[in-house]
Amino acid sequence: MIQCKTSKSIGGMGHSLKRKEDARFIQGKGNYVDDVKLPGMLYMDIVRSPYAYAKIKKINIEEALKVPGVVAVVTGRDLEKYNLHWMPTLMSDTQMVLPTDTVMYQSQEVAAVIATTKYAARDGREAVNVEYEPMKPVIDPFKALDPSAPVLRNDKPGKTDNHIWNWKVGDKEKTDKLFETADVVVKEQMHIPRIHVASIETCGCVADYDKVNNHLTMYMTTQAPHAIRTVIALVAGHVGLTEEKVRVIAPDIGGGFGGKVPVYPGYVIAIAVSFLVGKPVKWIEDRSENLQADSFARDYHITAEMAGTKDGKILGTRFKILADHGYTDASANPSKFPTGMFSIATGSYDYDTTYMECDAVYTNKPPGGVAYRCSFRVTEAVHAIERITDRFALEIGKDPADLRMQNFIKKEDFPWKSPTGWIYDSGDYHAGLEKAMKAVNYEELRREQAEKRARGELMGIGLSTFTEIVGAGPSKDFDILGIKMFDSAEIRVHPTGKAIARFGTKSQGQGHETTYAQIIAEELGIPAENIAIEEGDTDTAPYGLGTYASRSTPTAGAAAAMAARKLRDKARKIAAYLLEVSEEDLEWEPGKFSVKGAPEKSKTIQEIVFAAYTNHPQGMEAGFEATHYYDPPNLTFPSGAYICVVDIDRETCEIKVRRFVAIDDCGNIINPMIVQGQVHGGLTQGIAPAMYEELIYDESGNILNGTLMDYLVPTAVESPNWETGHTITPSPHHPIGAKGVGESPTVGAPPAIANAIVDALSPFGITHLDIPITPYKIFKALKEKQVF
Amino acid sequence: MIAQSFNYESPATLAEAIALLNEHGDEAKVLSGGHSLIPMMKLRFATPSYLIDINRIPGLSEIVEDVDGTIHIGALVRESQLEHSELLGRHFPIFKDVTKLIADPQVRNMGTLGGNLAHGDAANDHPAVMIALRASVIITGADGERSVPIDDFFYGFYMTAIQQGEILTEIRLPVPPKGTGNAYHKLERKVGDYATSGVAVQITLDESGVVTAAGIGLTNVNPVPLRAARSEEALIGKPLSDETIELAARFASEDCSPSADLRGSEEYKRHVTGVLVKRMIKKAAERAQS
Repeated sequence: MIQCKTSKSIGGMGHSLKRKEDARFIQGKGNYVDDVKLPGMLYMDIVRSPYAYAKIKKINIEEALKVPGVVAVVTGRDLEKYNLHWMPTLMSDTQMVLPTDTVMYQSQEVAAVIATTKYAARDGREAVNVEYEPMKPVIDPFKALDPSAPVLRNDKPGKTDNHIWNWKVGDKEKTDKLFETADVVVKEQMHIPRIHVASIETCGCVADYDKVNNHLTMYMTTQAPHAIRTVIALVAGHVGLTEEKVRVIAPDIGGGFGGKVPVYPGYVIAIAVSFLVGKPVKWIEDRSENLQADSFARDYHITAEMAGTKDGKILGTRFKILADHGYTDASANPSKFPTGMFSIATGSYDYDTTYMECDAVYTNKPPGGVAYRCSFRVTEAVHAIERITDRFALEIGKDPADLRMQNFIKKEDFPWKSPTGWIYDSGDYHAGLEKAMKAVNYEELRREQAEKRARGELMGIGLSTFTEIVGAGPSKDFDILGIKMFDSAEIRVHPTGKAIARFGTKSQGQGHETTYAQIIAEELGIPAENIAIEEGDTDTAPYGLGTYASRSTPTAGAAAAMAARKLRDKARKIAAYLLEVSEEDLEWEPGKFSVKGAPEKSKTIQEIVFAAYTNHPQGMEAGFEATHYYDPPNLTFPSGAYICVVDIDRETCEIKVRRFVAIDDCGNIINPMIVQGQVHGGLTQGIAPAMYEELIYDESGNILNGTLMDYLVPTAVESPNWETGHTITPSPHHPIGAKGVGESPTVGAPPAIANAIVDALSPFGITHLDIPITPYKIFKALKEKQVF
Repeated sequence: MIAQSFNYESPATLAEAIALLNEHGDEAKVLSGGHSLIPMMKLRFATPSYLIDINRIPGLSEIVEDVDGTIHIGALVRESQLEHSELLGRHFPIFKDVTKLIADPQVRNMGTLGGNLAHGDAANDHPAVMIALRASVIITGADGERSVPIDDFFYGFYMTAIQQGEILTEIRLPVPPKGTGNAYHKLERKVGDYATSGVAVQITLDESGVVTAAGIGLTNVNPVPLRAARSEEALIGKPLSDETIELAARFASEDCSPSADLRGSEEYKRHVTGVLVKRMIKKAAERAQS
């Protein structure tokens, strides 16, 4: 049970308050970008390339211009006149807004059609006739570095290959030596597949440039409105759109998951067109465009190795990665971390030797590398360590749960410095796994499995005991395009004791309107229901870097607590003045100050706030407002122990997830119901790449599953009954001891499922299968082992 | 995903609908539940100039049993009606099997049996079921109606016996004798997917357990919906045994002609077809005996 410090009527931390935002969502009263309708608004549709790699010979727009309602067709040549045909990516690479000469992936933007209705825009798009000269593309990242491969980014002076960068961390010499001498070494080649966030709401915007006032209002699907405003000002400042002339509004967002962090060409074209014609321009992607052209996630080819002793002590790991970035590095990582937080791949285990290296390459695929519900490549890292740990257990014939218990970092060893330099803040990995094992009745399951194996039935049990790294991040290391990754909160309490608070983050379904109010309620004793939360409007909210990487609670949540504490300090002064005692004589309990030893003498927070406007002490500023910019001293390290049980149909190879137990530790919990909801959603997005989702390309670069008919997003039908629970190990450095939870389940679930399936198939000598593991993939693997 | 412009007609009678079809020829498509046609139009794979919506035409939405033991299912009968029909449930539990595997409840509230067949797609589920149940399809044109046995209905990819100016108006099913059971299952990658393979079986057993009639239809493992004729023959006239079932399964996997796609290789689909034939024969036989 979670102990609450506040009453239910105040609704501070630990209360399962119903989500304030749901009243509008469940009644269809949300306000999304596509709900924005402005007078005179034009609609934009985008012509896309059918080829993965081709020269553009000619773009014929005459027929399109004849379509009734079509106003203009914009090409790369048009944008070139304003030097807007290229734009920077978040990783300081370059990306085409519209091409002038060459298309680099199938579905790339080629031209934009502007019309008075969205129907006319689509008809106009169909009427644009582009003449291409197809070229042989580079699709396989392993062939991208072949000397005979064409140099894709020949737009970059002096570029002679398709290599983007090399990244490494750890002690190579020590690690190589360990692997030469260790008793046991295991190795697997793994692909973490290219997937897509496929959020319910696709991306889109309404760019509204007001010529008279030289002012741009940009309604858009963005997880980081403030950063976007700065980027627009940096890119378009030369045409007069300086930062005070730009207002970015992110209204309600129907799922972000990292896919709404990047700047897509469509946004830029819409702004350019609105700027030129002086009318609002709406651009809303359709489902296929979203899937085919927007940033992908993952796509790491990892060679994972583990060295250890015969009795199960892990001694070291080695990871070699090939990262397929598509035609530009448009990842969404903090600037100094090209592989994000991959170096968390040493995992939850106590050893001191590792070496990791990554080479990134260009291919003729869509750009991206977004952190899909994952704190920057942590999903890839956790999959690698958790799979190779199971592989090690299999090799030495030890139960994977025992092996983990043997190697876990001990509770008393925190804060713990990892071999790649991270300082894990806190954790109790043994307790988490014990709880999960008890919940599934682990020993009984292993007995059942042994009996079933004897009968030839396929049952598997898989574990994942992961450590996350979230809450980016401390300003000394973390920035995006130079802007430090703090986040902010501003609280204004009105004279009657009700409040509004604004944040630099932006909820896409996380429930900020409820949880931030609870944090403030916890600190000030003002009922959460009396605290309105606003985000997403750069004209009103304080600056922040946005919501992704499970950073909202670790950064903005902390800012909320700190700003509220500033107000509590002020409240203490006012209470002392009103009660005519010294500040030291006052005692705080949520919602009021009372005089020590005379509890009948007290002032409620509402009385104190009222006094701040009506009767404030001389020499003190009137009002009751505070702002805080929180720069976290460290990242937070949530963890989890997941156990998955699968049954596999020996004839059809269908996989049934019989049970899935997830014990999460995200530190102190703000709203247990929201945490559980986050875990349910995240687990479902974990089963997705484990069993269903992968963007598949043929050798010509054609996407083979570019619609939801074939890109298999799991539904409630595919989702097993999630069994959730938690342990609580507060973060010692976070003001409210919270760690963030949004991404743990997405990160932790895939290896638990993969480990369970491989465990079921291990009697046939199968040691690894790449996700997504489908019935067909199992059939092929069993066929290879001559089972069929 | 926006369809090309089209004209929309909503005739109130069958005669009017047929007249419109004759008037517009190739340019016209019949709109029934719309769950195959509309997606194709949105992808601009289908670009009819005229949509003839038959939903207002009375008399096409009933399921009735006549005195001589035939069940008449109107072309506009929705999947959800099939799913919940007490009359069908009595003779054909297979309809509960199949409808539950078709898309989701929203789609089943609109999608029709007639449309599912008239689309002529071997990936649809009802063709195999109709093959197993030995249905007849009633097609109506300007000169009146004609009955086409299901085995003569499917011609090729999206091609059926329906000619220009004709509308599929009814499906007729012979009520099977006592001792009959039927069942359907498909392997799908996720809910709402087309079958990797699907198998419909109807089987009649006499009192001594000898198979007197068998119908086996296969989904999405052949360019046209396929009757597994050799499999049926392997069962008829013999008591049901593991050997005859195995043989029927082997014949089905040999006689189908699946193509490789993201669902799996030809080999995998043949394998799954065999497994499902085996399982559905057993399930149908269980139902026959209960």
